[in-house]
Amino acid sequence: MSDHFVVGGTAAIPDAEYLKPVADEPGEQTTRRFFLAAAGAAGLLYTAALAYPIYRYLASPEEMALSATAVTEVTLKDAQKLPLGSVLMFKFGTSPAMLIHHADGRWVSLTAVCTHLGCTVQYEPQADRIHCACHGGVYNAYTGANVSGPPPKPLKLFKVAVNDAGVQVSRA
Amino acid sequence: MTSKSASIYDWVDERLGLSEIAAFARHKTVPVNAQSFWYYWGGISLFLFLVQCFTGVLLLVYYRPGAEAYESVRQITFVMHFGWLIRSAHAWAANLFIFAILVHMFSVFFMKAYRKPREFGWFSGMALLGIASVFGFSGYLLPMDELSYFATKVGLEIPAAVPWIGPAIANMLRGGPEVGEFTVQRFFALHVVVLPALFLPLLGFHLWLVQRHGNAIPPSEELKPASESKSIPFMPNFLRKDLAMWLISLNILALLASVFPWTLGHAADSLVPAPPGIHPEWYFMSPFEMLKLLGNILPGESGEIAGLLLFSLGIALWILIPFYDIGKATGQRARAAHYFGLLAVFALLATTVIGYWTIR
Repeated sequence: MSDHFVVGGTAAIPDAEYLKPVADEPGEQTTRRFFLAAAGAAGLLYTAALAYPIYRYLASPEEMALSATAVTEVTLKDAQKLPLGSVLMFKFGTSPAMLIHHADGRWVSLTAVCTHLGCTVQYEPQADRIHCACHGGVYNAYTGANVSGPPPKPLKLFKVAVNDAGVQVSRA
Repeated sequence: MTSKSASIYDWVDERLGLSEIAAFARHKTVPVNAQSFWYYWGGISLFLFLVQCFTGVLLLVYYRPGAEAYESVRQITFVMHFGWLIRSAHAWAANLFIFAILVHMFSVFFMKAYRKPREFGWFSGMALLGIASVFGFSGYLLPMDELSYFATKVGLEIPAAVPWIGPAIANMLRGGPEVGEFTVQRFFALHVVVLPALFLPLLGFHLWLVQRHGNAIPPSEELKPASESKSIPFMPNFLRKDLAMWLISLNILALLASVFPWTLGHAADSLVPAPPGIHPEWYFMSPFEMLKLLGNILPGESGEIAGLLLFSLGIALWILIPFYDIGKATGQRARAAHYFGLLAVFALLATTVIGYWTIR
């Protein structure tokens, strides 16, 4: 492999002075150790100074979502006109939610995120139940209780207030 | 090394041949002479290219080409935490990258490092510079603000001036008769897919050639007797200095990017007149000014064509230098090539100065 090198004639300058172990005197040992520790700390600080802005940059949407999830109330304009036996999907903060106007006239609002693995669930008016297509979870469409299938927990209920301008949904 | 880590090393070594690579690295040396400073500029260019890849991917996380381009850059600059810094670092590193490549190119030229057997190093380097300038041109449009809009409009007039096929080429690059969302979409594809796909293998070839032939020695050093030429091991001596240069480059970049953040103008609007004092980026100033000066001497279309011809001829002469500056075996300076180089540096500097001088 050495034929690849176009080196003048002489051997390389030995640059080993750097690499020679420092004298064994205890004082110099301490200085060396202190220097290495200081260099290591400076390196860590430097890396942190580079990594911090990058982390914050990449985490920006998450932080924005956090402020959106702080929402406690959503007003759905004209939702009072929702026909009997139908559903309106909306976003409560950042996560999907549903407003059901049951055939008997009752209003129910729940989160629409399956408690099993997070799929968006759907209201089935014929069966009057909430169904998750991903793994067949079924919830009670009035209480949100997990009725059958894999879901471990019920869907959370929201408070509903209907007036002639719209429907107000708020955290229970 | 403990016996456990030694056995892990042996296991990997047997399969990947690490000790061969280590032996290769141990034997690699770099010459030491009065011109050693110039050996770092290839490495600095490489470092800045890596910075471009890294910050480019970060920008890609939020950038949306097409109709939303301006809005997404506005969001990156003003909404996302430190987005202004990432964008500023990308823009500044792009400029420093071009600068470092130019320093590298002229140092190679004046050290006559393009001579046998390094011709392909020179050709691939020139191709890399060509791609780098297309990187610069295409990236400049992506924010879709006023400046980038007009820069692209003006820049595409150059291929459009090529006789017969020019307008078709310009329309193909523009994605229609006007610079708009289709232009930004295809410039984006060019900038993040096509150009890297061309650049990376060529860069690999370029670096492989450096390993193959080692660093060139300038003619002044070749004249000295062999016993006087010196070299240092690449590992770790030169590498350590190389990395120190990278650290210095990173610090300069960090300072520039944070103290002089890259600005974002108003959204591009074809109905708003070009802002006063608009001018090309510094690395396009010289060709722009040369074409303008030629246009004054030979007005109209003939001037444009003459300018393009003269320009292409100059670039061709520059690229083909290894063929006509065959160099003396004695290492004596080939005067003509040297003067051509000086003329090129003078012309570039003079037209750049005139360009900035005459901004209105």
